Amino acid sequence: MVAAALVFSATGAQATSFTKQGKDLTPAELEIVKQMVQGAALPTENELVHIPPSIDELENTDLHPKMKEAIRRGHDLFVNTQQLRGKNVFNNMNCSSCHLADGRMPYGGPVWPAAIDLPAYRPKNGHVNNLEERIAGCFTYSMNGKPPAYGSDDMLALSLYHQWLATGVPMFSKDKIYGRGFPKPADPELKPDAARGKVAYEANCTVCHGADGAGQTENGKVIFPALWGDDSYNWGAGISRVFTLAGFTKHNMPLGQPNTLSDQEAWDIAQYIDSQERPQDPRYTGNIKETREKYLETFHKHTMYGTEYNGKVLGDHDNVGHKDFLKPDILRDRDFTGAAVKP
Amino acid sequence: MRYSLVRLIRAGAWVAGGWTLALPSAMAADTINAEAIARGKTVSATCVACHQANGAGMNLPQGESWPRLAGLNRDYMIAQLKAFKDGTRKNASMVAFASMLNDEQIADVASYYASLPVPEIAPVAADAALLKRGEQLALQGDWERYIVSCKSCHGPGNQGNGADFPVLAGQQPAYIVQQIQAWKNGTRINDPQGLMASIAKRLDDNDTQAVAAWLAQQPVQEQK
Repeated sequence: MVAAALVFSATGAQATSFTKQGKDLTPAELEIVKQMVQGAALPTENELVHIPPSIDELENTDLHPKMKEAIRRGHDLFVNTQQLRGKNVFNNMNCSSCHLADGRMPYGGPVWPAAIDLPAYRPKNGHVNNLEERIAGCFTYSMNGKPPAYGSDDMLALSLYHQWLATGVPMFSKDKIYGRGFPKPADPELKPDAARGKVAYEANCTVCHGADGAGQTENGKVIFPALWGDDSYNWGAGISRVFTLAGFTKHNMPLGQPNTLSDQEAWDIAQYIDSQERPQDPRYTGNIKETREKYLETFHKHTMYGTEYNGKVLGDHDNVGHKDFLKPDILRDRDFTGAAVKP
Repeated sequence: MRYSLVRLIRAGAWVAGGWTLALPSAMAADTINAEAIARGKTVSATCVACHQANGAGMNLPQGESWPRLAGLNRDYMIAQLKAFKDGTRKNASMVAFASMLNDEQIADVASYYASLPVPEIAPVAADAALLKRGEQLALQGDWERYIVSCKSCHGPGNQGNGADFPVLAGQQPAYIVQQIQAWKNGTRINDPQGLMASIAKRLDDNDTQAVAAWLAQQPVQEQK
């Protein structure tokens, strides 16, 4: 018993990576899934369950040292994206702020699905996106920033990390992916309400995120991210949609205590947080009504952007947070018709 | 040496008749009150037998370890003394000492200990494998068991994060072990929202020893 425990500690976490259909999980694998989802629904028979490798398992693989170095770089950028502050990141976020367990967590926005499901059409921008463009979206909106250039070392490292996490998963897998994204809680009994959400927020969230939603920094280093205000995600971020934040909150918060808030609380808290001001949507046309309308069907019907809250219209401002630009130049349309190259 | 420089600067600041520097975050939450610190030093006469004159405490794995108090966050220490008094931290020795103090004395002695320079604690031998596991838990966590990394809440380098999340770096290792056990067995329930208990209950004995051994060895950074 003692020897077994020592061996366990010698190698750190045991290698737990696996890719199985729900019905094929061994008891030990099912136990791991249970521990990771802490009370959320377990996999159905035909769902694809993938638990990615953990970064400390990388050393024991037989990948080329240069490959390991690049994966490590991607992981480092993922968990400490703040190192790009002032260059690509202009708020208090790290990728791992929302994509828990270093992007590996079912119900916690695991990032490996993007590696096997892209390129794909995305309504967000109305064209087919590849993985790098998807990551560029995260920088543009969630990080209120400027994406690293396509094909740059940082962009390669970050996409490589996503792809390495997806090791073993078939490209364009036909199976439904277990625990993808931040599954939204069941519809609440009462319509989500910001006033009720504020009460629940103050009881559950302020110890880390502050009554002013500014989060916590210590010696200039971010500990808990800002949930609204200049240091937080902007109005174009996916998590500014109430249903996305409700799913994130229900299954991941308070940190270490997932699935302890009721569905109603999760919806109310999300309604409250996503009703607070934050930097402008990079797609802002200069007119709040026009911007909301333009992106209503594909996005803003799920956000409070352009709606009235406490006597003011949310998002009706020119505040871009800590950036000195609104929209990064990298964002552009795509054209796969072939029309451009016709003589 | 990190803390003697602080002493020197403090001495200079005292002479200059005012605090012209950014202060260690242990005291940043309050305006500096030299009188409170002086009163606190008097109160601390009761404390030094265990917590030692320099506030380093002592590592007693077979018995009950006495934690380092020097350089800890003032408001955190106030909350702990109150928790001993109201029983949300059960400790037969500390309840007696804490009960002797009124609120002002609690605040004063906490101010005093917060003001002390961080002492070196005696190194405790630990094997490389144990330390590796401890580092993993402290910096990365073990999400297969929903063990969030210590630094997620206790701050980068586990240097502490305000009044709710104390510094873990350079803390007596057996004390850390004993606190984790206290959360597991319910004799300490003063953590906000039971956040620490949730984590502690997922640590097995090896994890507990590992994380304590690693954290104890970490340098306490000079705070601005």
